[in-house]
Amino acid sequence: MASPAPKFAPNDGILDTLVGALGDAVRSSKEAVGEIALTVDRDSLVATLTTLRDNHAYQQLMEIAGVDYPSRPDRFEVVYCLLSLTKNHRIRVHVTTDEDSPVPSVTGLWPNAGWLEREVFDMYGVLFAGNTDLRRILTDYGFKGHPQRKDFPLTGYVELRYSETEKRVAYQPVELAQDFRTFDFQSPWEGAEYVLPGDEKAPQEPGAPSPIKSDKAADAKASESDAKAPPPTPKTTDNASQTGAGKATDKKAAKPVDDVDKALKTKPASKKPAPKKPAAKRKPAAKPKKEG
Amino acid sequence: MADLLEEIAHERDAADPTIGDTEIQNYTINFGPQHPAAHGVLRMVMELDGEIVERIDCHVGLLHRGTEKLIEYKTYLQALPYFDRLDYCSPLCMEHSYVLAIEKLLDLEVPLRAQYLRVLFAELTRISNHMLNIGSHVMDVGAMTPNLWVFELREDCMNFFERVSGARMHSAWFRPGGVHQDAPLKLLADIGDWVDTRLPKLFGDAMSLVIDNRIFKQRNVDIAVVSKDDAVRWGFSGPMLRGSGIAWDLRKSQPYDVYDRMEFEVPVGTRGDCYDRFMVRVEEVYQSAKIIKQCLAEMPDGPIASLDRKVVPPKRAEMKQSMEALIHHFKLYTEGFHVPAGEVYVATESPKGEFGVYLIADGSNKPYRCKIRPTAFSHLQAMDFMTRGHMLADATAILGAIDVVFGECDR
Repeated sequence: MASPAPKFAPNDGILDTLVGALGDAVRSSKEAVGEIALTVDRDSLVATLTTLRDNHAYQQLMEIAGVDYPSRPDRFEVVYCLLSLTKNHRIRVHVTTDEDSPVPSVTGLWPNAGWLEREVFDMYGVLFAGNTDLRRILTDYGFKGHPQRKDFPLTGYVELRYSETEKRVAYQPVELAQDFRTFDFQSPWEGAEYVLPGDEKAPQEPGAPSPIKSDKAADAKASESDAKAPPPTPKTTDNASQTGAGKATDKKAAKPVDDVDKALKTKPASKKPAPKKPAAKRKPAAKPKKEG
Repeated sequence: MADLLEEIAHERDAADPTIGDTEIQNYTINFGPQHPAAHGVLRMVMELDGEIVERIDCHVGLLHRGTEKLIEYKTYLQALPYFDRLDYCSPLCMEHSYVLAIEKLLDLEVPLRAQYLRVLFAELTRISNHMLNIGSHVMDVGAMTPNLWVFELREDCMNFFERVSGARMHSAWFRPGGVHQDAPLKLLADIGDWVDTRLPKLFGDAMSLVIDNRIFKQRNVDIAVVSKDDAVRWGFSGPMLRGSGIAWDLRKSQPYDVYDRMEFEVPVGTRGDCYDRFMVRVEEVYQSAKIIKQCLAEMPDGPIASLDRKVVPPKRAEMKQSMEALIHHFKLYTEGFHVPAGEVYVATESPKGEFGVYLIADGSNKPYRCKIRPTAFSHLQAMDFMTRGHMLADATAILGAIDVVFGECDR
């Protein structure tokens, strides 16, 4: 790998071993960007992680991350990042869920899962069955909503200030001085699908191919360098015929025109202002072109 | 008087209460949210039996700023300064994980000089962070002088950061592809002098007051002993894990940048108590100094950031000459670069432990999701189990030895 990212033990064969050992619990597995990710059945999560911890030496649970993909039927993904101290290796285990179905808690396997699950619950509203202390953790006391969901606005719904009249902190609906603006920077001819209001049913032209995936980035770079290889006969401009330039001018043409120079020299530069040109008549404003 | 003593000896017997004795109940106190020894805004609801802590419920999140949500609305480069504001005691080490994650997704090569500069300043940050932690830990358990001395060193580090990036704390100096600006030669020479002369002298003096001090040992030895098994189960990392006797350092085991070229040792504790954690940090300062010396000796000349103009903007002088450079600059500072779709979890050894960034890119110019793995989360969570059975006053020592900073814990 070219990048200076942390190098842990190589992934050789580990994916096959794990998929073989876990059997039916694994829904899908992939190795991308040098990292192994397993997507497992929600119901067999605890069994899977127990196997990984006890038989495959992934002793530490470093992180539980929630991700929200609103377009999927199971919109949430919960990602367990495991670390093996003895094998010096990392893997990720993914499960999917929706707003209502709880994910089995792994607090029985790792005690530090407690707060990590609380955070995912707080941020996404994912429920964890078996976590005895599933309170909010990072948001305010009495907060409503799950802020990391993609449909939760960045500005939130309430703001608080110290109210001088009531002598306490008061909550009020958020008021923006201007609308929240966000730009997606996608060009309309490269895959952005802008649907005009009322035009939702119009057929969409297919966009450009999606950007290359990171596991293909190295290949793409290689082919790019092929394309930039110099042509067999280098382009040179040794003589005039190769440049496409015309002949040099003759001496007569190159000679300065005397009377113009004289006129310029004798003309008093600053005394007399140059006669003002009559201001051009203003053209009538161009008619707006009609869109075809 | 004799009557009274007899009365106390006989009647005040908890196992056999008699009339007149008052039954004492456990009581609950709030430690924080504004307590100088809480190292920030931590509220701990403590249940005490006399002076013995029975249970602690930590309330975190009072400094929650929604960093992860904000990052989803920023381009990759705009999101970088948020990392300085996570652990504001070791800002450059926070940036380190993030830029490495982006580089991993982009499969971007980084010039050698940039890697050396990053390692150099990551270690300087480690020293600066440990100066703060060691100083405040010592002060939490009652000593004043060493704190003032090590803060001198921290101030020196801050000056170095300012000279290289223009900012004392929020440097935003590590960039995807390298670093923002080259370090001047005079600065590198000054760092070399500082590491050779001032650091060992001043730090050695300060530590000579503490390390063998009877009171300091009484407050720290055998406090909050964590066994190896517990340390692994609770997801400890960094000095907390090493204090429990596990020689695990991501700089050694999963080297990034040029750490694989560095020679340094990983100090470990033997008992797993607060004193060991403290001493691990003290030794790490010397090891960091060793790494800094190696960096200064070996650092090659060359570019300080990748020359891939689709990621790293061109220099200003180049923009005056080249139309292409101007376009690149404009595109990078408005739209930003696009990162190919993919997911990575990149963790580095921050001064406090494993600081990870789980980055999901969807091929656009903004991260789809950026989950930050704070070190303090698992450590602070173990506060309840570490403090149980100890005295109230020990809680400050334990908290000091955790090295918690709330910018990072609450995000």
